[in-house]
Amino acid sequence: MSILQAIDIDKQFSDHQALTKVSVDVPEAKIFGLLGPNGAGKTTLIRIINQITAPDNGQLLFKGKPLKGEDVYKIGYLPEERGLYKKMKVGEQAIYLAQLKGLSRTDAIKKLKWWFGKFEILAWWDKKVEELSKGMQQKIQFIVTILHEPELLIFDEPFSGFDPINANLLKQEILTLKEKGSTIIFSTHNMSSVEEICDHIALINKSKKILDGPVEAIRQQFKTAQFECTYQGSYTEAAQIIHGKAEIIEHKENHQVHYLKAELNPGIENNEFLTLMMQKVKITSFSEVIPSMDDIFIRVVKNAN
Amino acid sequence: MTSFNKIATIIAREYNTRVRKKSFLIMSIVGPILFAGLMVTPAWMAQMEDTEEKLIAVADSSHLFLGEFPESKYIKFEYLPDADIEKYKSNFYNSNYYALVYISHVVASSPNAVHLYSDKSPSLGVQMHISNAIEKRLERDKLKTYGIDENVLQAVKTNISIRSVKLSKSGEEKETNFNLFMAIGYLAGFLIYFTIFFSGSQVMRGVIEEKTNRIIEVIISSVKPFELMMGKILGVGLVALTQFALWIGLTIGIYYTVIPVLMPDVAKMTQPQQVQVDTFMETGSSLQTQAPTEEMNTEISDMLGALSGVNFGAIIISFIIFFFGGYFLYAAMFAAIGSAVDSEADTQQFMLPVTLPMIIAIIAMVNVIQNPESPLAFWLSMIPFTSPVVMMARVPFGIPYSQVILSAVILIITFVLVTWMAAKIYRTGILMYGKKSSWKEIWKWLTYNN
Repeated sequence: MSILQAIDIDKQFSDHQALTKVSVDVPEAKIFGLLGPNGAGKTTLIRIINQITAPDNGQLLFKGKPLKGEDVYKIGYLPEERGLYKKMKVGEQAIYLAQLKGLSRTDAIKKLKWWFGKFEILAWWDKKVEELSKGMQQKIQFIVTILHEPELLIFDEPFSGFDPINANLLKQEILTLKEKGSTIIFSTHNMSSVEEICDHIALINKSKKILDGPVEAIRQQFKTAQFECTYQGSYTEAAQIIHGKAEIIEHKENHQVHYLKAELNPGIENNEFLTLMMQKVKITSFSEVIPSMDDIFIRVVKNAN
Repeated sequence: MTSFNKIATIIAREYNTRVRKKSFLIMSIVGPILFAGLMVTPAWMAQMEDTEEKLIAVADSSHLFLGEFPESKYIKFEYLPDADIEKYKSNFYNSNYYALVYISHVVASSPNAVHLYSDKSPSLGVQMHISNAIEKRLERDKLKTYGIDENVLQAVKTNISIRSVKLSKSGEEKETNFNLFMAIGYLAGFLIYFTIFFSGSQVMRGVIEEKTNRIIEVIISSVKPFELMMGKILGVGLVALTQFALWIGLTIGIYYTVIPVLMPDVAKMTQPQQVQVDTFMETGSSLQTQAPTEEMNTEISDMLGALSGVNFGAIIISFIIFFFGGYFLYAAMFAAIGSAVDSEADTQQFMLPVTLPMIIAIIAMVNVIQNPESPLAFWLSMIPFTSPVVMMARVPFGIPYSQVILSAVILIITFVLVTWMAAKIYRTGILMYGKKSSWKEIWKWLTYNN
């Protein structure tokens, strides 16, 4: 079941087309990666989901019903451009932002104290924001985003500007939130973070969606017939017997352990290749090469351009 | 949470953060001290001037002025036996004279025949005192040569105080007092002008702050940009009202409590209203024989008559309408400007065209108050960008209600239109980071669907 569906979203700004017939389907209780190069239209789509801007055409469904004003209380948003009032005290400011998300003052204080305690930052409550480091401010921004326990969380480039320790903390919290049943949309141009935590992705390039689906399915879809294999025995004999069945890409030898990377010729199955090899050498490992999201991203974007 | 609740939450933040600032506290305290100071300074200065006894020596070679200089409490005259001015000048430092007046024998024919020597700069008051006395004496002599008796002259002297009465259609008569109307008109016009600029730029700075510290996108994912804009405008407006209330309250407080204690003499001079009215009440029933009392009576009855001629209800209602109408109109434009820039330094190109009408209004106000029924006054009080200031300058003069209502309606319609446009600019502008906006671009933002 999908928590959010965007159907044929168009958005035109005076000098450029930001989104062209973009449709995405965000499944419930999953982490959904919204990927794409800078300027592809990710932030515009996110702003449309947050009802900050309206689409020119297209429809948004939240839990199957057209997205409406009150739905902002069920959404938590950490924008890429994020900040706090510098002159305001941390606690006061967090209460204000929580109130705008529909929490009562007492509720907001209770929840904030709990989270501040968890992150061990209760001592900051009466400090002014300008006295805090950037990393500290980001913790507060994160707390404020999730405080009202939204069903859908949207993080736009969440790790940008976070130091590694806070980035890891954030990642753990995101995974915990997913376990508790929240859905997370995660926008980034940094692919390496995607593989670890995303279940689904949609790839946007130059205002168009060019790819989407579950991460594993996409990687299977983009895999080539490449494999990596280690064995013990003679390289010459091995190379002879697979000649015409596979093209060798790379070969290395280290203390009698051989490493071979090759691509099967069309029509050749893994098993057929292995049977041939086993006649001459002792196989110690065999695995298909599954492309990383980074590779897929680069390939797809290149093709699209 | 309704839209109203959200706006209330925003107003509370905008209001609280501003009134808790040190600068607000300082303004609230310094303002009344300044105002109270402005009210008592002239009297205080005059008093300072007078408390020192000044002995002025008169060397009169025309022999016309012996005993002619009237003495006041602090100015005394000593008539020197001869007119050897060089001798007295050289001895001046050894004398205890404040100043030395030398009157040449050609005084009747030459206007430059009088010299005033002093080691200080004699005050204007002293100079006036001396020249008035000399003029009076010479005039009297000249009149005599034309055969006019002094008693005749006294009898001829007439004092006229005009009581201006406005006739209404229903035949009702109302006394008008131009000076009082002028004062009310200026005060109301300036107050509106000041608030629009002061609070308007606070709104603008607030918008720029939210943009530069990047909190804006967090907030507008919870509230509509329009709600944020209105909350800010209302919050800052309330701060201005609070400031006014504090100023008025504290000024009156200082005026009636601190000053009488610190400077009792000054207080007596500057707080005559109560005293005068009391005098009026007393003498009103008794025989009015003394000239000064009579004069005072005329003055006071003028004043009271004029006050009753001022339609305070109309003035207050119009003030509220034009104060809020003008403030909202301009604050919305200031908010739009703030949204279109990244820093205050970039606001220049947008500020001038927006503030120009206000500047024209304040300049024209002088003319309008002199002539509240002129075509200039009429048109400027109809154009919504100048009407808040200009109309308030006209209202005390009792211009037709139909004009006030028409102007108010135009202002409100414009305010709604401009706010609608400003909100469109605002909601696009606040999300444009690091871009230099131009008028052309802002015009395009109006066409965006958001």
